[in-house]
Amino acid sequence: MIFRVILLALVCLPISAYSSSVKVHERTFKNGLKVLVKEDHRSPVVVSQIWYKVGSSYEPGGITGISHMLEHMMFKGTKKYPAGEFSRIVAENGGNENAFTGRDYTAYFQTMEKSRLEVSFELEADRMRNIQLDATELKKELEVVTEERRMRTDDKPRSKTQEYFMAMAFSNSPYKNPVIGWPSDIANYQVDDLQAWYELWYAPNNATLVIVGDVKADDVFVLAEKYFAGIKTSDIKPVKPQTEIEQHGVRKTTIKLAAKLPYILMGYKVPVLNTIEDESEAYALEVLAGILDGGSSARLASKLVRGQQIAVSAGAGYSMMSRLPEMFMLDATPAEGKTVFDLEYALKQQVYDIQRELVSEQELQRVKAQVLASAVYERDSNFYQAMQLGMLETVGIGWEKVDEYVEKVNQITAEQVRAVARKYLVEEKLNIAYLEPQPLNQKKLVRKVAGGRHAH
Amino acid sequence: MHIRFIALILVVFSHSVFSAAKIETWQTSQGSPVFYVETKGLPMVDIRVVFDAGSARDGYQHGIAALTSALLDTGAAEWSADDIAQRLESVGARLGSGVSKDTAWVSLRSLTEEKLLNKALQTMQAILTKPSFNEADFQREKGRTLAGLKHREESPGALANIEFLKVLYKDHPYAHPSSGVVETVTGFAVADLQNFYKQFYVANNARVVIVGDIDRQHAEKIAQSLIAGLAAGEKPESIAAVPVPEKGVTKHIQFPSTQTHVLAGLVGMHRKDKDYLSLYVGNHILGGSGLVSQLFGEVREKRGLAYSAYSYFSPLLRKGPFTMGLQTRNDQTSQAVEVMQNTLTAFVEKGPTETALLAAKKNITGGFAMRFDTNSKLISYVSMIGFYQLPLDYLDTFQQRVDAVTVESIKDAFKRRVQPEFINTITVGGE
Repeated sequence: MIFRVILLALVCLPISAYSSSVKVHERTFKNGLKVLVKEDHRSPVVVSQIWYKVGSSYEPGGITGISHMLEHMMFKGTKKYPAGEFSRIVAENGGNENAFTGRDYTAYFQTMEKSRLEVSFELEADRMRNIQLDATELKKELEVVTEERRMRTDDKPRSKTQEYFMAMAFSNSPYKNPVIGWPSDIANYQVDDLQAWYELWYAPNNATLVIVGDVKADDVFVLAEKYFAGIKTSDIKPVKPQTEIEQHGVRKTTIKLAAKLPYILMGYKVPVLNTIEDESEAYALEVLAGILDGGSSARLASKLVRGQQIAVSAGAGYSMMSRLPEMFMLDATPAEGKTVFDLEYALKQQVYDIQRELVSEQELQRVKAQVLASAVYERDSNFYQAMQLGMLETVGIGWEKVDEYVEKVNQITAEQVRAVARKYLVEEKLNIAYLEPQPLNQKKLVRKVAGGRHAH
Repeated sequence: MHIRFIALILVVFSHSVFSAAKIETWQTSQGSPVFYVETKGLPMVDIRVVFDAGSARDGYQHGIAALTSALLDTGAAEWSADDIAQRLESVGARLGSGVSKDTAWVSLRSLTEEKLLNKALQTMQAILTKPSFNEADFQREKGRTLAGLKHREESPGALANIEFLKVLYKDHPYAHPSSGVVETVTGFAVADLQNFYKQFYVANNARVVIVGDIDRQHAEKIAQSLIAGLAAGEKPESIAAVPVPEKGVTKHIQFPSTQTHVLAGLVGMHRKDKDYLSLYVGNHILGGSGLVSQLFGEVREKRGLAYSAYSYFSPLLRKGPFTMGLQTRNDQTSQAVEVMQNTLTAFVEKGPTETALLAAKKNITGGFAMRFDTNSKLISYVSMIGFYQLPLDYLDTFQQRVDAVTVESIKDAFKRRVQPEFINTITVGGE
């Protein structure tokens, strides 16, 4: 089936190169834990990721960012492995580890030499149910998260602009909140809040375990069963839908911050694979993003950065793999002597062009060739492959969509691209934020404090 | 223990990256060294051409290496920037270029199917050997670079970095930021870039690195044709040795941020440094092992003073910097700096414990396979080995050499090389 598609895309491609799409082995334990295994024998390593269906979009007001805070606290010890032991054991086994939180997921991972997979399973199974939350540790970690927020957002004018932009664009969708949480919420988490959040969402029937690497699927299932199958389930209540209300008219905001360069962010409210009626529309929006910003030959680089030279950088993006409806994003930085309003006009013109005229066959083929090549390049990384499976499964789309992606993109026509541009990229659903730089007030001055070491 | 482990791998995985990680080397007809590793399993290839043409070659024109690199794909042979981008992207190829302190490189990732690869290679060849350096493209890219430099001034972290290297390296070519500064970049003319290109993008200053599902014969052909159009040129003289460290200084730059960015360190080691492994393993314990390092433990885990706290050596052709870093709320800066200094001082004085060293060795050797388990990581290693002329068995012997490091050798190396009174401390932030 997939062969035909590839032949359409790149007539000269040998089929054999792509016929090796690797099987994903799936098993669901009685307690609801889903285990996905993809074998890749190129190197004697394995990545293990556990994904929980919880993230900032699950959080009610007052405790925004609590999923991320809990992610930090997950490293603070269980009865069996006190604070620091988890990381020490992983390190001593040659492993790398970390965790990440998004709007729709919280995930933990270890990459190890393949024989150490059991170490990862034992530790991860233990902390699914047994972490010990301590008020002193929380107080300290709360400071760490506040520093993280300062670093990621507060001292970065563009990140802050993005935060304000999301807060304006969404009325009632939880996507209006930052993943790391609002400052006053972070400052007021209590141990009880975290305990309740942990008990609510950390359970085998709310998790997916993804293993990619030099392993045998059957062996992995046996090993996973040993550590995870006995964990008790929870009564997981479905999260409330919080469906975003209809937007009737453009929304704009100006953000004045100490900065050096102006910047514009634009976003059209669009559906995602999860929420769309005709799923080909989601793939058409993906292709549309590729037409505008799929590389140096794409329209924004070629027409705005080079042709008109109105922007020093310009981008477009759409992520169809979210749990809730998203925005189709455009952003740009003006060239010297140009303004964000010049850019707004130019970006809208690009949208208008696509609504009016069919994209060329050459452009369409370019996007498809890139998607096809990427599908090969992505397999260079076990971690990336595991990410894809874990994310699709966790946001509710289902990991099976991974295998459909190339084919679905290949079926998209110029007419479909034009149709989704006309249907979704409309002024009524548009949101705009302008970053208006303010002087970096305090004059930059270099002060030599002392020779030798800092004195205290 | 780990030796047995390696032997096992070699036997069992004779078709994996491990046996394939054998680096083969030869020279093109013009004498440019080629480094090649065949990897099977995915129909793709990564190619990198590396020149000794990094920002250390800028002379007084800070940023010229970077801008020259940025101009390469904006026009070559009879093709415009649009043509080049279309040729590459229509076959799904990815072209990259950039500079570090020591090197400039052009890289390509492509599928190996002949027609696709050939089109990508033909384009890469033109970019390498016949770049146009058009005035219009130059003006535009210069404008974009200047905007980038302006943007950098929003970032206290970037400002700290610039000041840190300036303090460490003074007038040495490692002292200035690779992308240059507004004052120098403003003055560039297109002829400056052409001259830089003519001097440094030459066969005698080039190395080709190929990693992927390509056989040796094919790799030889690719390397040969890719850079056959380069002038022979001359290998440039080595850059000067770095200044000898002296008593460290402390500098503060006022900036309207909520956090203060702290960088502390001194001139460290070079790629072939005799203390390389002792310093590397020692630093792994001090601040190089992420969540379990001593700095991370003292600054973050025990006191909650920062989100990130780390240290690292950046070994270069000449001695690169040793850097410790953290960011913290303005009003607790002096506390955080003190913790950082005390952690270092204690480490230099006492060295690591046997237990800590054993744990570090287990981490490094146990996770060894993960250092080059993808073509992307592998080509980085092979490029490094090729550029710095490290032994071809560098990776094979790495674990043994790590194992030979002792508490004493770490203590000795740190005492000589990382003297706390030589540490320079830069802080950028509010009060």
